Amino acid sequence: MGFQQNWIAFCTIYIKEVRRFLRIWPQTLLPPAITMTLYFVIFGHVIGSRIGQMAGFDYMTFVVPGLVMMSVVTNSYSNVSSSFYSNKFQKSIEELLVSPVPNWIILLGFVMGGVTRGLMTAFIVILLSLFFVDFQVFDIVATIAAVLLTAVMFALGGFINALFAKSFDDISIIPTFVLTPLTYLGGVFYSVSVLPEFWQGVSQINPILYQVNAFRYGMLGYSGVVDLTLAFSIMTAAVVALFGISLRLLNKGWGLRS
Amino acid sequence: MTDALTDALTLRQLTKTYDNGHQALKGIDLTVAPGDFFALLGPNGAGKSTTIGIVSSLVNKTSGYVDIFGYDMDKDMVRAKCQLGVVPQEVNFNQFEKVEDVVITQAGYYGIAGREARIRSEKFLKQLGLWDKRDVQSRMLSGGMKRRLMIARALIHQPRLLILDEPTAGVDIELRRSLWEFIREINEQGTTVILTTHYLEEAEQMCRNIAIINEGEIVENTSMKELLRKLDRETFYLDVRQPLPLAMNESARFAGYQVTRLDEHTLEVEVQKQQGLNGLFRQLNDYQVDVVSMRNKANRLEELFVGMTRR
Repeated sequence: MGFQQNWIAFCTIYIKEVRRFLRIWPQTLLPPAITMTLYFVIFGHVIGSRIGQMAGFDYMTFVVPGLVMMSVVTNSYSNVSSSFYSNKFQKSIEELLVSPVPNWIILLGFVMGGVTRGLMTAFIVILLSLFFVDFQVFDIVATIAAVLLTAVMFALGGFINALFAKSFDDISIIPTFVLTPLTYLGGVFYSVSVLPEFWQGVSQINPILYQVNAFRYGMLGYSGVVDLTLAFSIMTAAVVALFGISLRLLNKGWGLRS
Repeated sequence: MTDALTDALTLRQLTKTYDNGHQALKGIDLTVAPGDFFALLGPNGAGKSTTIGIVSSLVNKTSGYVDIFGYDMDKDMVRAKCQLGVVPQEVNFNQFEKVEDVVITQAGYYGIAGREARIRSEKFLKQLGLWDKRDVQSRMLSGGMKRRLMIARALIHQPRLLILDEPTAGVDIELRRSLWEFIREINEQGTTVILTTHYLEEAEQMCRNIAIINEGEIVENTSMKELLRKLDRETFYLDVRQPLPLAMNESARFAGYQVTRLDEHTLEVEVQKQQGLNGLFRQLNDYQVDVVSMRNKANRLEELFVGMTRR
């Protein structure tokens, strides 16, 4: 297929994905809005007022970038994992496998669908946060780069999860037992610098720490113990590696072709 | 390159061994001519679905060669896939999508967008009697309508080769006939059709050529006429007007024919191919038996099929 046909195929997959999560917005966009509002009220307003300052910021201001990234991670991941697995489950993935759409287009279409949902929830959470805090973006380029790389990385992760999944349970195991603990321990609610030195070291192997702090730098100008160059390098390398793995699995027909 | 004389489908030494060690295909060679209406028959587990799965890229082959209209599936997969439309046995579209969206989305996968996709969608949905249902969620369709929707979807990119896997299974007689009529028209317009079906009577009526697959091997690959010629005997039921005497329940009374009295109005007669029926009717006349109708006991192809797959 030429460029134009590939573009049409990509748009078809992408638009289908976006329409899917917009159609079921009470399951996709509303829950993060409600959950994050509760976080703002409870952690930021009720408890945060007693905590005082964190890394020189009001606790509420400090926690907003972390909560935005938490939404991006979970929504990018779950959009692709649930959508792609549903396609497998219903066998409608066969429509794509029979067609001449190149595998990299299939991958790109699903991943961009997940990225769009991640960014849309990020936008919703930021809008909601404006009811509680007043801040300006410190570095727009770093902010956009961090949120984009994070969304792409976790959308790819969701895609790989869906390829391996054999039941709907299999697509909830990673978010529940891996992503949620890593997110909570990735500096969403606290600055890693308040931890003892040993736990600071342990935290450095958590990839979400780099994403949260890179994004926090973009919004507030504070990155804590994280080196920004290292953070963006890790995110870029992870995206490249996960894209390569996903494409290889797709080319082999892993979980799709017998 | 491909031209009008290039075979629609060529399989050479196609093998498939599944991870559990089951050898589903043991080196299949098959050629389907362009414009043909071809039947691929075989009992359950014979390898039909695996063969179709490999041709339609849903199953990875172990070894062998697949070519669609001159395009090698390994070297020129995109062009090969563009020639092919597949109607699977089981429903495999997103049942939460609207009928028209199912077809238009598939068009998009083939690089057909916008106005052209809508024009084609309208054409095929109208031809298959689904246009009035275009805005209905596809899960609301009846079983027969879902099958027609899959045919419309398979035709949206105007493939030169259409594979139908048990397209009329579970479909009522009226709808089955209208589907066959439609598929026959598609074939007459130049599309090569390959079908699997367990309605052997349909295969006999519709298809010009046939391959029978059994235990992963092609056991017969010939024209339908040639295959039926191999049948050496046929069994008929004769319905008679007057009650038959009990004494007629003796085959020996009919020289050369195996005749059995089933009830007082029905006889079963086995006729050798070279015999003809005149001799039988002469003898029935002698008994003053008035035959009012006659029908085949079983579909002829079915008799052959059972014989071949039991070898």
